[in-house]
Amino acid sequence: MTTTLEPAPAPAPRATKEEQPHTVVMPSRHTGRKLLVVLVLWLVAWATLRGKQTLALANADTTGLHEWLNEVRDRVQLLGQDNWFFHGVLGSIASVLDSFVGFLQSHLSSVTPGAYLGWLGVLALAAWVTYTLAGLRSTLLVTAVLLFLGVAGLWTDGVDTLIITVVSVLICIVIGLPLGIAMSRSHRTSALMTPVLDVMQTMPSFAYLTPIALFFGIGPACAIVLTLIYALPPLVRITEHGLRSVAANTVEAGRSLGVTKGQLLRQVQLPMAKRTIVVGINQSTMAALSMATIAALVNGPGLGKPVVAALQSLNVGAASVAGLGIVLIAIMLDRTTTAASERSAPAGQRVTAVSSPGFFRGPTVVMEKLPRWATEEGGHGEPAKRLTPGGRRLVLGLLLVPALVAAYYSTLYLQLSQFPDVSAVPLLGELTSGPLSTHINDLTTAVVDALSGLTNGFKDLVTLGMLNPLQSVMSDLPWWVMALVLLAVAYLLGGWRPTVVTAVCEAVILGTGLWYDAMVTLTMTIVATLLVMLIAVVLGVAMGRGRRTDTVIRPFLDGFQTIPAFVYLVPALALFAATRFTAIMAAVAYAVPIATKLVADGVRGVSPTSVEAARSTGITRWQMISKVQLPMAREALVLATNQGLLYVLSMVVIGGMVGGGSLGYLIVQGFVQGQLFGKGLAAGIAITALGIMLDRIARYAAARYGR
Amino acid sequence: MTDLAVDRARTPQSEASSSALSVRGLWKVFGPNAEKLVGTPDLELSRQELQAKSGHVIGVRDVSFDVAPGEVFVVMGLSGSGKSTLVRLVTRLIEPTAGTVLLGGDDLTAMGEEQLREIRRRKVSMVFQHFGLLPHRKVIDNIAFGLEVRGEDKGPRRHRAQEMVDLVGLSGYEQNYPDQLSGGMQQRVGLARALAGDPAVLMFDEPFSALDPLIRRDMQKEVIRLHHEVGKTMVFITHDLDEALKLGDRILIMRDGAIVQVGAPDEIIGAPADEYVRDFTAEVPKSHVLTLKWVMREPGSADEGAGAPALPDTTVVREAARAVLAADGPVRVVDSSGTVVGVVDDEDILRVVVVEQHGDRPGSGAS
Repeated sequence: MTTTLEPAPAPAPRATKEEQPHTVVMPSRHTGRKLLVVLVLWLVAWATLRGKQTLALANADTTGLHEWLNEVRDRVQLLGQDNWFFHGVLGSIASVLDSFVGFLQSHLSSVTPGAYLGWLGVLALAAWVTYTLAGLRSTLLVTAVLLFLGVAGLWTDGVDTLIITVVSVLICIVIGLPLGIAMSRSHRTSALMTPVLDVMQTMPSFAYLTPIALFFGIGPACAIVLTLIYALPPLVRITEHGLRSVAANTVEAGRSLGVTKGQLLRQVQLPMAKRTIVVGINQSTMAALSMATIAALVNGPGLGKPVVAALQSLNVGAASVAGLGIVLIAIMLDRTTTAASERSAPAGQRVTAVSSPGFFRGPTVVMEKLPRWATEEGGHGEPAKRLTPGGRRLVLGLLLVPALVAAYYSTLYLQLSQFPDVSAVPLLGELTSGPLSTHINDLTTAVVDALSGLTNGFKDLVTLGMLNPLQSVMSDLPWWVMALVLLAVAYLLGGWRPTVVTAVCEAVILGTGLWYDAMVTLTMTIVATLLVMLIAVVLGVAMGRGRRTDTVIRPFLDGFQTIPAFVYLVPALALFAATRFTAIMAAVAYAVPIATKLVADGVRGVSPTSVEAARSTGITRWQMISKVQLPMAREALVLATNQGLLYVLSMVVIGGMVGGGSLGYLIVQGFVQGQLFGKGLAAGIAITALGIMLDRIARYAAARYGR
Repeated sequence: MTDLAVDRARTPQSEASSSALSVRGLWKVFGPNAEKLVGTPDLELSRQELQAKSGHVIGVRDVSFDVAPGEVFVVMGLSGSGKSTLVRLVTRLIEPTAGTVLLGGDDLTAMGEEQLREIRRRKVSMVFQHFGLLPHRKVIDNIAFGLEVRGEDKGPRRHRAQEMVDLVGLSGYEQNYPDQLSGGMQQRVGLARALAGDPAVLMFDEPFSALDPLIRRDMQKEVIRLHHEVGKTMVFITHDLDEALKLGDRILIMRDGAIVQVGAPDEIIGAPADEYVRDFTAEVPKSHVLTLKWVMREPGSADEGAGAPALPDTTVVREAARAVLAADGPVRVVDSSGTVVGVVDDEDILRVVVVEQHGDRPGSGAS
């Protein structure tokens, strides 16, 4: 301000103010100051009341509730023998699923020669089906992955995993598609189902292992039901979304031509939403694979079993080989379903994209003659070389012949039925599970030795600097102090609604008798979420600001997102041995991709005009990030925190297997020791309550601050 | 061609250093190898030809002009003519491919990041079409943003921002958030933010295009008032000819990235440089813009019109009409030194006023 304005010669006539929409000035809430007060009171309470009424429960101790749950289990198991519901309904479902999976296993993954399909037959038929649905590239990928499974000695487990996944996805489609359609057509159904799907998605997958195992008994049936619960919501949601986003004027055009509701659905909405629905199937498949591996804990067949066994004996090499198999299967399923979804946007879709009555037979002929530029994808990409439908059918028919021949021969010869042992073959032999796990163990040891200074330093820093103090402050004080602190935080961040939810969830956790363990889990969740957000903001801002950074980092994030949760434990275990910290690092690795993507998209989505206007004022890069881009991407930041929190919680719980302790450990123990069953079930309930509480607080805070 | 255009300017600026803003030979070529293209004959090609040949697009083509201190300089063109690119090149929000920009004698194009930032903080500020306000800040903090960025303390910057709030007529709305205000009010915030730093030059990038017509008229009045009160140099981008004529001391017309004509409003209407400008200005009520200079003729004899009071040659035809029609014979037209430069009679006036209604082109007879 070197010069001031020249004084106005006369009070200039003020331009008349326009009508203003609404000018209520919101009073400041001083949330920060109030939170500080809560923090101070909390620390004072901790200093004075430390160690009293913490409700800590030793690992082998149980409460009345746990005993009662044990009795419930015994009664259910008794009822399972003759009660109409447990025996008649659940029992038949379980036995149908069990025998169906058993049938598939005996035909596809078992190694007995003779009447059953051998590995070559499975390979040939899988290749043919993939070629039909997703094209040549996916076929090569599928072939390579299946061959690796065979060479590495993972054939049976690998194919079992595929069986569980595929059967679950098929059931998902049978249930989920009609449900999604019903939800898209009726607001009432949608309003009814949405909260149910919400709970299914918020609940950490570990939490419902025990109750499902109780009703369906451990084994394949239980694995499929678990997988179903986990994989159904994305498909239903995306189907509903896809059908609802069919342009209203297209639907209107259909109506004006007098189509019935059924015709509208079959000829307009489903074809136009087809691509979105296939994306839903992709999401559902990845979720199914993730859960199918975890289901090893309830004796579900598949690659999860060797991973669990190796994790429990802390054998990183063996866990890595099986984990690698899971990752390869994940890549294979993801690529194949993605390719299938890209193919499912046929020429017809181009037409519907141009003109609303594209579904109508007459005009379609005319529309297809539109020049390429008039279509959605006009301009870029060379025209795809497509066979005529007849030619395609002929090619597929011809290809089926060798596949069937291979399948036939695989039933006759041992070498084609049982995957040959290649451990003696020079190069291939190195890929069999024995040498491979030795190599991985060597490599891991080398890496861990080289990095031990770094990893241990980091581990100590986080453990001593964040984890221990926070855990002490949160769990080593009377339960009612912490309960009040949580209520106060919920109220200050989100208002009275999440406060009520928090109160109910606290009551539930208290009722399970696992307050202390729940607080330890909460501590780990908070520490991991802080680390996640730290990494996500740094990476996300770099990605949001630089196209090049984005193109380099994004494929990695996409790749990491397809890896099933379980597999993250393996490298974490290798680097940090079995401690609480391992679970935290696995959780961080699991949640960083989704949180980073959300932050990056938020930063990129900041209005370019605002960015330009800020630049025109001579802003520095740091000022741009701190004063413009991050505040304006607040909504994305809050959403990323919310998602990060839920991802972290589910992983921290799974981390109970590798030294994470607390609630996750109790669930695992519940399967191992009969008398701890009730405690494991209670832990599942406590996790669910914790998850709902965190989700609600984050959601209401998001609604308030993510404007 | 551009030199010629500059020479025709009403406020001649022979010395670049005495002008508030001086632009010389400015080019912007978008594309992978834009720098290498400068100086090659490829740049002589038309936009379409160049794009087909090498994938480069010319945004701004060899533009030079000067803006005098305190002048309102309007850059006008249809969408895609390069005017918005031009205003961003001047402050290097977009990097120029070639050319120089002098702001009050400082060469912006030679500056490093640090110096340029200092210029943006103190010397030049911008008002944007879509306001570019920060939705998470209150009105007063939006206005104080530039001051905050350059490190001023909270007390003085709040004080200064409050002055600006009062200046643009936003008193009472300081504590609101931008999305609680109407479009016109939001743009007042943008205006106040630009003025708060007390810059030497204000840039307006189609600031009122997103507003409805009544509000737009209000805001145009507001700019005229502010210009009167604070006397800033203004560069104003618009696609609206009426707005250009109303606000501009001089107007630069752009087409396909190049200058078509630079001149005062009456020069643009009176002597359009080509068919494009002629078409462009065809709908303008000539009598509101043209001055007597453009309609007068050589005196038939030395004493012609001597009986009536003389009129200055800068009088707009509409305002001169009553006096000329009331006079018995022709009326003398004098220049600023009082020398008789021509005469006008009823017919000269009526040719502009009446013929206009038939959509014909008067003024062409002026030369």
